[in-house]
Amino acid sequence: MTSNSNLSNMRRLVEQLQLEASVERIKVSQAAAELQQYCLQNAGKDALLVGVPTGSNPFREPRSCAVV
Amino acid sequence: QLRRCKPLHWPSLPAQRKYMRSPLIPEMATQEVQLNETLAHLKTESETLKTKLEEERAKLHDVELHQVAEKVEALGQFVMKTRRTLKGHGNKVLCMDWCKDKRRIVSSSQDGKVIVWDAFTTNKEHAVTMPCTWVMACAYAPSGCAVACGGLDNKCSVYPLSLDKNENLAAKKKSVAMHTNYLSACSFTNSDMQILTSSGDGTCALWDVESGQLLQSFHGHAADVLCLDLAPSETGNTFVSGGCDKKANVWDMRSGQCIQSFETHESDINSVRYYPSGDAFASGSDDATCRLYDLRADREVAIYSKESIIFGVSSVDFSLSGRLLFGGYNDYTINVWDVLKGTRVSILFGHENRVSTLRVSPDGTAFCTGSWDHTLRIWA
Repeated sequence: MTSNSNLSNMRRLVEQLQLEASVERIKVSQAAAELQQYCLQNAGKDALLVGVPTGSNPFREPRSCAVV
Repeated sequence: QLRRCKPLHWPSLPAQRKYMRSPLIPEMATQEVQLNETLAHLKTESETLKTKLEEERAKLHDVELHQVAEKVEALGQFVMKTRRTLKGHGNKVLCMDWCKDKRRIVSSSQDGKVIVWDAFTTNKEHAVTMPCTWVMACAYAPSGCAVACGGLDNKCSVYPLSLDKNENLAAKKKSVAMHTNYLSACSFTNSDMQILTSSGDGTCALWDVESGQLLQSFHGHAADVLCLDLAPSETGNTFVSGGCDKKANVWDMRSGQCIQSFETHESDINSVRYYPSGDAFASGSDDATCRLYDLRADREVAIYSKESIIFGVSSVDFSLSGRLLFGGYNDYTINVWDVLKGTRVSILFGHENRVSTLRVSPDGTAFCTGSWDHTLRIWA
């Protein structure tokens, strides 16, 4: 019966929404502060952000050609 | 509590039902009315819950990310250019993935070819021709000893990579995943033993590579699932998926449950990628925006867009620290965004057609893009 499957779909949707509504949340200000902290803590290792000493980024080296 | 319907209500059934179907037993008519009441009740409850969800999320929206980041030093000029061009595909490049060794890359194309490259030297190390065209997904195994791929064949197959370059890779092919529509994305979990897939059939699935057994399936998207990304291993067993239903869903891999869902994009979500800490993820969409969703605040916390950017985003990835977000766009460009401040810091040109795929290398020293112009480029 289609009505039964509609019913079970609706039940599942309501259960899903109940689950999502019950998630524990923190304030955006706190979440944002933590995202920022992670960025700043790891900035030094981020080659695309700060660049690395010449010679240590293999892609910035011209590629070597082997003559066969 | 649901009100039980009294049998006396049976004469009040909507007129058309009397002619369409006569219940054999009066109780069945009662059940039908009960069913309609229950459905209506559930519908109301779902509307109430949706509103409550929005209210709860809004209560914690006390500030914008870019406001928190006002005091952070602005980024300087970037010098990023194409350092390598990988030529060899005969048609549109659709997907690529890095090997953990930070130098090998696997890419797949519309013409059915899957190629493994050494990105330092640009040499091709392996090539496989798939039995189907549009190989939309490919992934490198964590060991570096195999690659997975699939597309219009609705499957995900694993090819062990042989050290013998003359060996026919296709002979050792193992079919792992079977969907009922195209394979849009695949990823090994933290071992060679399990693969996660997403499909045009609206589902994601977790498979055992050795046996091909389905370990878990993930239902919840209302349309094609286009992308997925696994949480960084430290954060636990979750992954995020994005689809044509404009939703990004976060899933528990063990239970199959969708634990969080985000619906703020205005069109298909083509790409999702976790922030390196695992606390957030970015998405790229046909609505020409990239967005950042924080998992603990349970909401969107940034939109990366400009009025001048009107073409869809096909692929996104973060730099190692999460400060930069790279987006490959359908207007052939790559836009580089300051994740914290929400501003664009650079625009990169080079490809001669859509950028279809983009991944930062495992150690963050470069990123690779694949394009409909048949090439891949390494940028650093």
